[in-house]
Amino acid sequence: MKKDEVPQDPSQIHAGIRKLLYAVDEKGEYGGVQSTGWEVENYVTLAAVDELKRQAEEALARAKAGKASTLEYHMYARRMDLATLSATTGIWKWRVERHLKPDVFPKLSADLHERYAFVMGITTEELLGLPDNV
Amino acid sequence: MFDAAAPFQHRQSAHCESGVVSNLLTHHGLPMSEAMAFGISASLTFAYMPMIKMAGMPVIAYRMFPGSIIRGVEKRLGMKWARRRFSDPRAGAAALDEEVRAGRPVGLQTCIYWLPYFPEEMRFHFNSHNIVVYGRDGEDYLISDPVFEETTRCDGPALTRARFAKGDMAAKGHMYYPTELPSSIDYERVIKSAIRWNYKTMNGPVPIAGIRGIRFLGRNIVKVSQSADAEKTLPLYLGHIVRMQEEIGTGGAGFRFLYASFLQEAGKLLNNDRLLEASKAFTDAGDEWRRFALNATKMCRGRAKMDVKALDAQLNHVADREQEMWALLRGL
Repeated sequence: MKKDEVPQDPSQIHAGIRKLLYAVDEKGEYGGVQSTGWEVENYVTLAAVDELKRQAEEALARAKAGKASTLEYHMYARRMDLATLSATTGIWKWRVERHLKPDVFPKLSADLHERYAFVMGITTEELLGLPDNV
Repeated sequence: MFDAAAPFQHRQSAHCESGVVSNLLTHHGLPMSEAMAFGISASLTFAYMPMIKMAGMPVIAYRMFPGSIIRGVEKRLGMKWARRRFSDPRAGAAALDEEVRAGRPVGLQTCIYWLPYFPEEMRFHFNSHNIVVYGRDGEDYLISDPVFEETTRCDGPALTRARFAKGDMAAKGHMYYPTELPSSIDYERVIKSAIRWNYKTMNGPVPIAGIRGIRFLGRNIVKVSQSADAEKTLPLYLGHIVRMQEEIGTGGAGFRFLYASFLQEAGKLLNNDRLLEASKAFTDAGDEWRRFALNATKMCRGRAKMDVKALDAQLNHVADREQEMWALLRGL
């Protein structure tokens, strides 16, 4: 990549921070160039964030309809999935899966609620409740 | 060699680990560029790993596993890192305070999601982000995060949280700084041995690693496009590939420009034209990676017709470019 080809696209994902890329000048010498962002990267990152948001919205609707526990919504809202949640809490996947059921989750011990709430950085009240929207 | 009074120099880098390593080595009396740290640790790679998932998607690595730059420079330079991990977060926080009081900048492994200074859209659960703590001001730690333009700050509880996030590749408070730096380095030997090592990892027989791995990825895109729910999964899959390729500041070329920069620096240092030529060839490979990212994204957005055969062909083209470049370095 040549220095004048370094993308300087407006970015919605960097909050104004410029990243450093390596590129060559007209003599072929490598050096660092700051970049405001690249449209391609912008698009794929926002698409990934949208996908996570969509999962959270769907989980919220399910939880409100009583078809899933509040845990599922909070998991997606914190950009986690079953694997991450299991790994961070140290609770077996099949157990986490069981806790996604609406009739199981509220009855768990305070200890378990606390464990989930801790890795998500929220209180147990928040964990057992739902926001109006995402 | 180590001067507690010398202020820590924040140099922005393309990648966190090579940035932290080169900045710490430089501070401790061994001046080194980011590209050189990356190159001599032989951390360039390509690997398609369907068995390791990240947010439900296979990991595609353009560099060796996190930690390989730290270990790689240790092995090749004959230096030593003091490295500590902790089972108790309080002990980890206390040990950090001790180093800060001694005026010693240290490297820390952290989870991006819990670092409050990261922009919201960049916060994902990724446990191997490297930063330097170089001081403290009241409740705030002074942070040199090499992918940022300027130094920043982070409060104590958030920092401890980020250091002790559990899960895959958990940092367990990992803290490190260089000790025992060699007084002189035989760059000729170090650089050549690193490149020979990298030659082997990129030209190996494993079908999902190195140049063969790049071709494998192309075939796999075709395979994903044949699944029943391809309309939904294929754009997500392509987006994921491009995201892994760009992963924090490698310029969309998966570390290829950083390695090309290393080859150029090494070529000048050793007066070796082969290395300079290889640097140019690898810049071409990096440009090809960028064109692939551009095309794949256009297809995801519906701005070009979805054509998986074309993407497959383009990845084969990338693989050809990389193969040509390694052929230049054969038997170095």
